Amino acid sequence: METKLYVEDRQIVTPGDVLAEGLDLLPSSGCFRHGNVIKAKYFGIARIKNRYISVVPLSGVYMPRVGDGIIARISDIQATFWICDINSPYDALLQIGAVTDQFVDIAKTDISTFYDIGDVIYAKVLSVTKSKNVQLTMRDYRAKKLVGGRIIKISPSKVPRVIGKEGSMIDLIKNKTGCQIIVGQNGIIWFKGENEALAARALLTIDREAHLKGLTEKISQILG
Amino acid sequence: MVNIDYIKKLFENNMRIDNRKFEEFRKIEIQTGIIERAEGSARIRMGNTQIIVGVKLSVGEPFPDTPDEGVLIVNAELSPAASPEFEAGPPDENAIELARVVDRAIRESHCIDLQKLCITPNEAVWNVNVDIQVIDYDGNLIDAACLASVAALLDAKIPKYENGEVDYEHREGKLPIVDMPVHVTIYKISDKLFVDATGEEESAIDARISIATTKDGKICAVQKGGKGYFTLAEIEKAADISIALGAQLRGYLSPSSTS
Amino acid sequence: MKEKEQLIIDGKRLDGRDLMEMRKIEIEINPLKNAMGSATFKFGKTWAVAATHGPRAAYPKWIQNPESAILKVRYSMLPFSTWERSKPGTSRRSIEISKVVNDALSNVIFFDDYPKTMIEVFVDIIEADASTRCAALNAASIALALAGVPMADLVSSCSVGKINGQIALDIAGFEDNYGEVDCAVAMIPHEEKVLLLQMDGIVSKEEFIQMLSIAKEGCAKVYAAQKDAIKQAYRTVEAD
Repeated sequence: METKLYVEDRQIVTPGDVLAEGLDLLPSSGCFRHGNVIKAKYFGIARIKNRYISVVPLSGVYMPRVGDGIIARISDIQATFWICDINSPYDALLQIGAVTDQFVDIAKTDISTFYDIGDVIYAKVLSVTKSKNVQLTMRDYRAKKLVGGRIIKISPSKVPRVIGKEGSMIDLIKNKTGCQIIVGQNGIIWFKGENEALAARALLTIDREAHLKGLTEKISQILG
Repeated sequence: MVNIDYIKKLFENNMRIDNRKFEEFRKIEIQTGIIERAEGSARIRMGNTQIIVGVKLSVGEPFPDTPDEGVLIVNAELSPAASPEFEAGPPDENAIELARVVDRAIRESHCIDLQKLCITPNEAVWNVNVDIQVIDYDGNLIDAACLASVAALLDAKIPKYENGEVDYEHREGKLPIVDMPVHVTIYKISDKLFVDATGEEESAIDARISIATTKDGKICAVQKGGKGYFTLAEIEKAADISIALGAQLRGYLSPSSTS
Repeated sequence: MKEKEQLIIDGKRLDGRDLMEMRKIEIEINPLKNAMGSATFKFGKTWAVAATHGPRAAYPKWIQNPESAILKVRYSMLPFSTWERSKPGTSRRSIEISKVVNDALSNVIFFDDYPKTMIEVFVDIIEADASTRCAALNAASIALALAGVPMADLVSSCSVGKINGQIALDIAGFEDNYGEVDCAVAMIPHEEKVLLLQMDGIVSKEEFIQMLSIAKEGCAKVYAAQKDAIKQAYRTVEAD
C-alpha cells in the first residue's frame, strides 16, 4: 500500500479532511487514523514533521498540559488547598505543599494569608490526570502573585502568535508600551506599565487577526 | 446495570440473550375493548413490555385549514411504574418522540378517514385522542405502541351526539378505519440488524430505524433514532424487513376483535 | 376533497427550480462574537443560526459523565419565523427535533477527549421555509468545527420529497404543505452514513431508496459548501 500525502505543511484543514493514506505516516495530535487513512480532527493547520502529521486547532478551549505556565484566579479556599479558575473546562487545585516547603500549622493558620479568593497568580501546571484533575505549583522561579495591572483573555490557540518567533512579537509590544507582560498558555494575559491601553489594543488585534497576512506590520503600525 | 460489551459480543456471534433469531418477535398478546369508559382501548404485551392505549372522542372545532376533517391527537406517557429510569413529570423527549412517531404512522397512512368525522363543517368535528400509557418497559416501545394504538382505533366506537351533547354511554358505529399502519423498528448492534429489542438490548444499540408500512406494503413513516448511523445498504435491508414483518404483525390486528 | 395543488408547471417548480435543484445556500462564519463558534446557514429563505458554548464544566453537576463530554442541543423557532406567529420557547416538535439533531451530531464528536464537560449547541430558526432541521444541523456542524470541538467529520443535511408524484430535492414551504412526501436526511455523504432520517408520506420501497440516493447527492453539495465556507473565512497563516 503506497503512502500518499494529501496536504501541505501549514494547509488549513477541516474535521474529516483526509490528510494522508498508507501506514508509513503516523497520526499525531489533532488527527486520527480511520482504516487506511489519516484524517483531521479539528478545524486547524496541518503540520508535517518527518513521519508525523498533526493538526493544530485554530480555536478551542484551553486543555491544561504539564509544564504550562498559566495565569489563574483563586476561586475558592479549602483548609489545605485552593481551587483555581484557569480559563478551562477544568478547575485546578493548588495544594499548600505546592506553595511553600515551610511547615504550615493548618490548625492555627488561615491559608488565605497566602492567597485569597480573587487573587491572580502565575503558576505552573504540575500534573494532569486522565480524568483531568489538574494540580498547580508555585514552586517555580517564574511563579508569583500578580498584583495590580490588567488582565485580558484571548483564544488559547493564538498564544504562540502573541509570543512570536523567539519572543519577537511580545518583546516588541513590551518595548513599545513600557509594560511588563506575562502571557499564560491558557490564553490569559497580564500586563502592567506605562501604556496599558495600547498594549491591550495590540494584543486583542493579534487575537482577532492572527490568521491574516501582514500581522507583524499591522501591529508595528498600531504601536507606532 | 447492563453489560453492554457482553451483549455486543453475543451479537457479533449471531446470538441474543434470549436465543431469539434476529428477525423474531417476542410473544405478542393484544386484548381490546378492556376499558368501558374509553371509546376504544387495547392492551399489548410484547415480551415484558406492556402498554395500554385508550381512545377518547370529543367534539371540538376543526383546524382552520381542514374545516371538514376530524382531529387526531396522539399522546404518550412513560409511567414511572414502567421502569426505575422513568421519572414522574411532563413527557420528556423520549415520550414526545414516541407519541409523534406513532402519530405520523397513523396520520400519513390515512388510517382514520378523518373526513367521515365531520359533524358540521367549520364548527364541529370529532377529536380523536389516542393516549399511550407505557406501564412496563422492556424495549421496543414504538412497535408495541403503534400496534396497540391501531388495535384500540379498530376497537373504537363513536358516541352518540345529539343537540350539541356527547352521550358517552351510548355508542353508535365504529371509527372509520381504512388502513392499519404497522411500525417495525430495526435495531443495529455490531453491524447486525435485528428486531424487537429488549430493554437490555436497547441500551447496547448503535442505532434504530422505525419504518411504518400500510396494508399495501407501502412505507408511510420513517424515524431513525439512536446516536449511531445506518448505511444506505442497511436502510434498504431494514425496509425489506419492515415490509415482511409488518404484514406478520398486522395479523394480530383484527377489525372486529373484542376480548 | 382537498384540491391537488399544482406544484410543478412545465417541468419547473413554483420557485423556478428544476426537480433536482437545491435552493441557494448561504453561510456566514462566526457571526456571533460571544460564542465559541457560530454560523448561519440558509436554504433559500430558510435561515438558521447556531451557536456553540463549550466544552465547559457540565452543570448541574449530577449530569456529568466522568469519562466523556455530554452534548446538549436546543432547537427552537423564533416567533416571527412562520406566517402565523409561533409561540416562543419549546414545543413538542422542537423537543423532538433537538433530539434527532443531537443524535446526528453525536456520531462525529470525540466525546472522550473532554471528560466531565458539556458541549451546548443552540440553534434558532430565524425564518422557516421548510427543511429547518436540515439548515439547523448544517449550521450546528459548522459552529462546532469553528469552536474547536474535535469531530470525525462535518455533518451535512438536506431534504427530499415527492411533489405532484415526482421526487424532488430540497423541499420548500409551499411544497411541504401541499406535497405528498417530506423526508429530512443527514449524512456523512462520502461514507454513505445516514445520521438522521425522518420521513412522512406514502412511498413505495423503490421510491424510498431512490429518494435516499438523491439525498446523498444533496448532502454532498451541502458538505462542499460547508467546507468551502469554513476555509474561505481563513487564509493560510504565514510566518511573518
